[in-house]
This record gives sequence, C-alpha cells and structure tokens, in this order.
Amino acid sequence: MSTLTEAPPPLTPAAPAKKPPRRRGRWTPYWLLLPGLLWLVVFFALPMIYQASTSVQTGSLEQGYKVTWHFATYWNALGDYWPQALRSVLYAAAATILCLLLGYPLAYLIAFRAGRWRNLIMILVIAPFFTSFLIRTLAWKTILADGGPVVGALNTLHVLDVTDWLGWTAGDRVLATPLAVVCGLTYNFLPFMILPLYTSLERIDGRLHEAAGDLYARPSTTFRKVTFPLSMPGVVSGTLLTFIPASGDYVNAELLGSTDTRMIGNVIQTQFLRVLDYPTAAALSFILMAAILLMVTFYIRRSGTEDLV
Amino acid sequence: MEQYEPDDRLSPAQVAAMRRSLRNGRAALTRRSLLRASAGGALALGGLGSLSACGIPAAGKTAGGTSAEDHSAQEKKIAFSNWTEYMDVDDSGKHHPTLDAFTKRTGIKVTYTEDINDNNEFFGKIKPQLAAGQDTGRDLIVLTDWLAARLIRLGWVQKLDPANLPHAFANLSGQFRSPDWDPGRAYSYPWQGISTVIAFNKKALDGVEVTSVSDLLDNPKLKGRVGFLTEMRDTVGMTLLDLGKDPASFTADDYDAAIARLQKGVDRGQIRRFTGNDYTSDLTKGDLAACLAWAGDVVQLKADSPDVDFIVPDSGYLTSSDNLLVPNKARHKTNAERLIDYYYEPQAAAELAAYINYVCPVDGVKPYLAKIDADAANNPLIIPDKAMQAKSHAFRSLSAKEETAFEAQFAKLTGA
Repeated sequence: MSTLTEAPPPLTPAAPAKKPPRRRGRWTPYWLLLPGLLWLVVFFALPMIYQASTSVQTGSLEQGYKVTWHFATYWNALGDYWPQALRSVLYAAAATILCLLLGYPLAYLIAFRAGRWRNLIMILVIAPFFTSFLIRTLAWKTILADGGPVVGALNTLHVLDVTDWLGWTAGDRVLATPLAVVCGLTYNFLPFMILPLYTSLERIDGRLHEAAGDLYARPSTTFRKVTFPLSMPGVVSGTLLTFIPASGDYVNAELLGSTDTRMIGNVIQTQFLRVLDYPTAAALSFILMAAILLMVTFYIRRSGTEDLV
Repeated sequence: MEQYEPDDRLSPAQVAAMRRSLRNGRAALTRRSLLRASAGGALALGGLGSLSACGIPAAGKTAGGTSAEDHSAQEKKIAFSNWTEYMDVDDSGKHHPTLDAFTKRTGIKVTYTEDINDNNEFFGKIKPQLAAGQDTGRDLIVLTDWLAARLIRLGWVQKLDPANLPHAFANLSGQFRSPDWDPGRAYSYPWQGISTVIAFNKKALDGVEVTSVSDLLDNPKLKGRVGFLTEMRDTVGMTLLDLGKDPASFTADDYDAAIARLQKGVDRGQIRRFTGNDYTSDLTKGDLAACLAWAGDVVQLKADSPDVDFIVPDSGYLTSSDNLLVPNKARHKTNAERLIDYYYEPQAAAELAAYINYVCPVDGVKPYLAKIDADAANNPLIIPDKAMQAKSHAFRSLSAKEETAFEAQFAKLTGA
C-alpha cells in the first residue's frame, strides 16, 4: 500500500492577497516531488503494469507468452484457490485481533505508566527487528517443538484438547497447525501494531484524564469515553499495518504450518516458481490486492476516524 | 503548550500549513485523502490499454546464437556459481583448497560464489538474461537434473568440447553416464550425486520399525511425525518405487496413483509437512520421527547427533545429480571445461568427496579417498558399492507439458 506513504496534498492556493506572490519558486514543489514520483513509477507502477499484463497472457515457457486478454485466468484462479484466499483473510484477521489485544495494553503502559522505563520498553519492542524475519520465525520452531516445555505445559493443562476440538491444533502438538501459523503472524507483526498505538496514546493530553476524573468518571469510563476514542487513529493504522502484510505473508505458513494451513502467498509463490504458471500467479496477486483494497476501504469508512496517523 | 500566534506577514495558505504541521502533523494523512488516493490508484490501473504491449518472448529462441566469443586465452579467469556448502573449505573458512590447487596449476583465477539456494529460485534469477540472449556473468553453474534438462531443452546452455574433458570422459562413473535428458553428456557433467533415502530419529521412533515408504504412510504410531520433501521428483519417485513402479519409465496413471497414495497420508494427518532442507532441524529435534532425506545431509547429521540414522528401502532409492553447465554467452567456456575436467581427476575428486559427503560421480576415487578418510571410502552413500548401485533409480525426464501438469498436481497435494 504505497498510498500510505504518499506525500501530503499540495497546499491550497493562497487566498487573493494585495500583491500577487512572486512566481520564482513555482516549480520547486514539483522538483522536490520528482525523486518520490520516479521511485513510484519504477518500483510500483511499472511492475504493476507488467503484472497486470502477465495476468491476461496465455502461453508456455517454450512458446512464449502473449497477451490474449484471457480474463478466465482470474475466475479459474479464484475457483481453484478460494480456500487459501479465505484462510489468508481469516489468519490475518485473527493475528490482527491478537496483536490489538496484546499491543494495546503494552502501548498504554509505555505511554502512561512506564515513566523512566519508557525508552527501555520501546527498545525491547523493537529489538527483535535487529535479527532477520526468518531467524525470528525459525525460533518459534524451537519454542513450540513437540517435546518442548511449552507444548508439555499446554498438554498437562489440557489446553491442547480444547484447541484440538476447535480444529486449531492437531493431536498433542502445536507446530504444523493453524495455531502455530497465527502465533507466528501475531509475533512477527506485533511491533507494527504497538508503534502507531503508542504514538496515538502518547499524544493524549494527561489533563484530559484529570478532567474526566474531576467530572466523576470512573477509570473505566475515562478509558471508554476519552482514551480509546482519542487513540482510534492509532488503532486504525495499527490494524492496517498488521493486517495488510499478514494477509500476504507466506513465510510463517511455510515454516510453521502444514499442507492445510497454506495461505494465498504460498500459492502465488508455488505458481510462480514451481509450476511456472505466471498468469495464474499474477492474477492471484491482483485478486489479493483488490481484496485487501476493498476490505481496507470498507474498514476505514466504518471506523469513523478522520485522522490515520 | 503555548498557543502559536500567527504572524501577519505570512500568507493564509502558509499559516494553514503551519497550523497543520503544528497539529503534530496529523492532518498529513487522513481517511479522506487515503480513500481518494486509493480511487486514483484504481483508476490508473484501469488504463489497461498499454498492457498488450507487454509479453514474454518464446524462451527457446535466443537471439544471436548461443556462444559468445571465448575469452579464455586472454582472460585467465572463471566465474563459478554453486550451492552453499558444496565445496571443501580449509580451517580458516576462507580458502577452498581444491580450487586453490586448480588456480596454482593453470593460472586461472576462480571467482567462486555460493549464490544458488534453490533450483526454482535460481531459474527465476537467470531466466531474464538467458531468454534475452545475454551473458549471465557466470561461466559455470550447478543445477539439479530436471532443471539442467529444462535448460538443455530450452537451448540455454553450451555444448561442451570433449577435447577439453579427457579425465571427465574417462572417469565418469557408469550410473551417471547417459541420462535420458543428456545422452552421452554432451552439455553437462555431474558435480555430485544425490541419493534420496529414509532418515529417522531413533529416539523419536521409540522402537517403531521403519523399513519402507509404506511404513511412513501407514503406521498409525507415526501419525503427524512423518515428513516428505517439497522436491516433486524425490517424493513421488520414492512413492512410485514403493508401489512397485519404476520412476525411470512410469506412466501418467502411475503418477496419479502415487499422488493418490500420498494424498491419503495428507488427509489422514499422517504427513506432518513437506519440507525443503529444513527437515534436518526437525529430525534432530525429534519433531519428525522419520522422513525422506538426502543422504549427504544424513552423513553430516549423523556426525552431530547419534540418534539420526538412515535406511535404504528394499524397493530401492532415487539417485539424482547436480550438474555442471556452461550457460549461453559465457565468456570463459574453455576455462570452465578445464575446471570440470580437473574435478574428474581422482585426487581432486577425493579431496572434495572427503569434505562434502555426497555421492562421488568419479570412478577410481576409492584408494585416494581411503588415504584421506578411511570411513568415507567405505561408506556406500559416498562411493556406492555394487549392492547400492543395483538399488539406485533415476526419475525419467519430463516433457514441458508433463512437467507443468505434474508440478501442478504435486502443488495441490502439498496444499497448493
């Protein structure tokens, strides 16, 4: 979603002043925009056009591919891979909700209660990012290993019986099940939730809380009527920053999952690299993009907050 | 916070801008502007008219011939791309003794890069250049059978000159001599052979006996603790052998039967997952009790963890190889051929085999290897004995159409 990083809208034209302003710097804003625009064209627009073209081509590696406006690729791809697409949305949504439930209290703590520990906790939140995504995900394979202490404890507490019944895990293991994939997604994208939440919460004027107290609001009421509404921009951008990459992720499903947890990203990877069905892979990428765009648009419309950052 | 007093020398627009930035820069991105931008992006995509200009040219038709001018005589160097951990390394970890010896003898400097991690990925990487008839910047690459076959089929690699390969021609071991995709080894020579066997973790098995692929697929005591490989040919090939079919000459029906057999294992939750090289950590940890594995890995794993061992099923095992190829337009073809030939001299081959533990494709290595490492020389996984060779099978080459269909079927099996 490169739209998120786009430059702010240009200034509204100056209201008629007595003297017309000097025109010398007229082109300056456009020159300043040029590097960003070039970047967008080369790394976003051109690949998009190329992919869009690929998705309506037919052919084979030997004969070459030609644009035949074969839109049926989209229907076939959707018909074949809707379970994986649906699964991606569900897993990403579950991970986003978990991130919110875990991230909000933590961001609240950092913003209002951490005091001098604030910077330290912030560093702890960001620290995992100093190692690679792959290493962090592989670490979960050790944490959740079949004979490991975590799975042992969950077994003793009969938690896994419940999750097994729900279909989240299989037998007495966590790895290679949906639960492991959702845990991996949650862990990997948690900082993307915490940082915008923290930025939003930190901006809230502490005097508003005092005022709420003066007006005899209980702490829970203060949170419901003051803090939470004011943190909505953080909630919205945090959920977007978590949900969008999580729904296209394939590393977690690849490393922590099994055959029945493959997500749409895995399908695209397989189609592109293994089956060499480039049109289907491109079509699936566009379907994923369109689906995310639709869901995000709907979500932003419904969330009722004007500011996003 | 102090209230900002606007200066009356500023224009209203500037004041508005400053106000905006004073509000913590929050107005920079609003819901409305994002929605507007999304709509704009969607509109831009609507301009599909330019799309028909694109297209991917036919892969086989390389413009301007296959060979470049051979600069071997003037430029004493060669660029060699290989897989990771596929070359001997000295204790400092910086030098490759066999390559150094080659440079010392011939004066040809080798730029050795370990940039191949995955056949499919590497194909994606070199495809644009080769399809456009350009130099990939590499003189020698190492690819697994099926991808080597595809490159030969596409006409993307150069025919080797037998005059430069006397040792290779004389010493290539019998089982690698004439694959159906490169009869007589006109384009390729094996770097190492790879055997696919069944590996297991004794501790995790806990007394359960595993002797065949059927045991992996059927034994209820192993439910959810069995792994197969994401390499279609290894997984399906071993299953075909288990079904009593020969992977060198199976039919589409046989293939369907093997896939159906595996599908049952997936549906019942018997197969935990399909893995690439990462099965090694699962196996040593005991998350996988038994799995299909590459013998070279198992030799190394065994050295580190005593619980890991392997068996060769009675029905046989699959042998494939990684092959040295000279891509089109490579600038130093003769140098590349000299390097290939060098690794077919028993001494160099023995030094390499002692270090990397894969199947050595060179005949007459045993006495040389025994001098370096007696255990390795007697290991049938490195130098196959008669009994081992008799059980070895190759996966037949596939036509382009078959390859796409089979890979698609296999992708569906592994969850797409």
